[in-house]
Amino acid sequence: MLTYILRRLIQLIPVLFGVTLFVFLLMHLTPGNPAQLMAGEQAPQEVIDRIENRLGLNDPLPVQYVRFLGNVVQLDFGTSMRSNLPVMDEIRYKFFVTIELAIYSTLLSVFIGIIAGIVSAVRQYTFSDIAIMFVALFGLSMPNFWLGLMLMQWFSINLGWFPPTGWGSASQVVLPVITLGTAGAAVIARMTRSSMLEVISQDYIRTARAKGVRERVIIYRHALKNALIPVVTVLGLQFGTLLSGTVLTEQVFAINGMGRYVIDSIMARDFPAVQASIIIISVMFVFVNLIVDISYRFLNKRIDLNG
Amino acid sequence: MSLHAESTAVPREKVESPRVKSIKDFFRRFTKNKPAVIGFFVILFLVFLAITVSSFSRFDIIITPHDPSTVNLVDRFQGPSSEYWFGTDHMGRDIFSRIVHGMILTLGIGFVSVIMGGIIGVPLGIIAGFYGGKIDAIIMRFVDVLLAFPGILLALAIVSILGGSLINVTIAVAIYSVPGFARIVRGSTLATKKLEYIDAIRALGATDTRIIFLHVLPNVLSPIIVNATLYIATAILTAAGLSFLGLGAQPPAPEWGAMLNDGRNHLRDAGHIAFFPGLAILVVVLAFNIFGDGLRDALDPKMKN
Repeated sequence: MLTYILRRLIQLIPVLFGVTLFVFLLMHLTPGNPAQLMAGEQAPQEVIDRIENRLGLNDPLPVQYVRFLGNVVQLDFGTSMRSNLPVMDEIRYKFFVTIELAIYSTLLSVFIGIIAGIVSAVRQYTFSDIAIMFVALFGLSMPNFWLGLMLMQWFSINLGWFPPTGWGSASQVVLPVITLGTAGAAVIARMTRSSMLEVISQDYIRTARAKGVRERVIIYRHALKNALIPVVTVLGLQFGTLLSGTVLTEQVFAINGMGRYVIDSIMARDFPAVQASIIIISVMFVFVNLIVDISYRFLNKRIDLNG
Repeated sequence: MSLHAESTAVPREKVESPRVKSIKDFFRRFTKNKPAVIGFFVILFLVFLAITVSSFSRFDIIITPHDPSTVNLVDRFQGPSSEYWFGTDHMGRDIFSRIVHGMILTLGIGFVSVIMGGIIGVPLGIIAGFYGGKIDAIIMRFVDVLLAFPGILLALAIVSILGGSLINVTIAVAIYSVPGFARIVRGSTLATKKLEYIDAIRALGATDTRIIFLHVLPNVLSPIIVNATLYIATAILTAAGLSFLGLGAQPPAPEWGAMLNDGRNHLRDAGHIAFFPGLAILVVVLAFNIFGDGLRDALDPKMKN
């Protein structure tokens, strides 16, 4: 187990290098001179030169990359071009808002997805199965920003049940979490159903049935344990999708999280802010996937041991 | 057990080309799936409509009597009516016309980006899977890096370099679909490479190029097609999302995501401005998802449960 974790950690190194290199190159592939952008359109040449010298923009690219990497490792992403504050200070609070949103939505989608998937599989080809799978397909095909706007129109503007914007109070959490969690719930429901159906058709379940074990016990004690293993593998991916989905959801509900920050930074061509946000979200996604992989391996092993 | 018995019991005399037979089998299985057939015809109809409206002005006038970009401030914020089927927006433009005219943009982004993604991703996957070793390791590390940016984030990063426009969004979404193609094709290539007949052909002196084009490619074709179809759905959603954020199509282009963005400021008094473009996206994406699901079940019966 420990060697597996170590091996996976070592495998991450080139990926993390690649991610930082890609994000580093973002700024240098962009047409236009970063120093010029910082100084403003009308800035005299001396000012631009001074900024270039200060930031070392005249050094060869590899040297700049190593310096960039050194700063990133210390979580120093430079100062925002808009506010002149360290990017990290601006992000810190927003980061937790986004994480909160993503975690709640993941919980919602896991909860609804697994229940819907089980019901669908157990009642295969009945009305409930077809209805659930139909709804899931809808959930999968719906642009979540549209769903968010529609929920906002009905439940905030027309009915007045929830505040239309913001984040923090319990009532402000409901609509964004439904908006973000729906697609995930759909994916998990489909996954759970197919994995459950596969498990149910296996010999050991037939044996249990033949022995007269009650159906309920078969489903929840015997089948579910194995059926959920493949579902765990998509969790990491789902969390990533949700994490990036916050970009749209935050925009719809005017939530001050990382997602909105990225968009505002892109619009303002505030590169240090864009770089920081993208690196933080991606690195987090990579580590969540690592944790999911390890727990998958762990779950699988336990089941192997238990026969 | 029974499966094996069936496959060995095929009578030797009636030899039908296996490729023809598998295509026939595919059609039989696919047409049994009613929703998938409907999805296919919906896509066909929408493609036809989009092309007709954008290239034949005579038909265009019949289908959409109101010009999609003519501003008519007298009739702004009209609800759906027999005159304006989907109502009018904040500038008095007919939403139905705009949706019909925006179709070519949405479908275009979907098809073009997935084809571009496939053109890059498929060869990467085949080369990685076929040659293995160092080449494989390098390609897959590159793919891993692309996959490390979750969801729309990679597209966002790319658009932030290139700037927001319809073409740049297409490029961004194309790059976004590269790693998926590469991974799936690599997996199928690995499986194909292990087949005994490939060894036999190689022993006969076939070159790598010949093996790849005549034997590996046909075998990896079905996962490519299934994925391409499902990716079109994702591509359309991603592109609409980018336009919604103001990073894609720029006004006054009748792009659905951008139209939704117009509508969000008028939810209180004119909810239909946001409702219909979203519904249009839903219908198109749903059609591709149902069709793609049907294709997968029909092309790969083992996957079906």
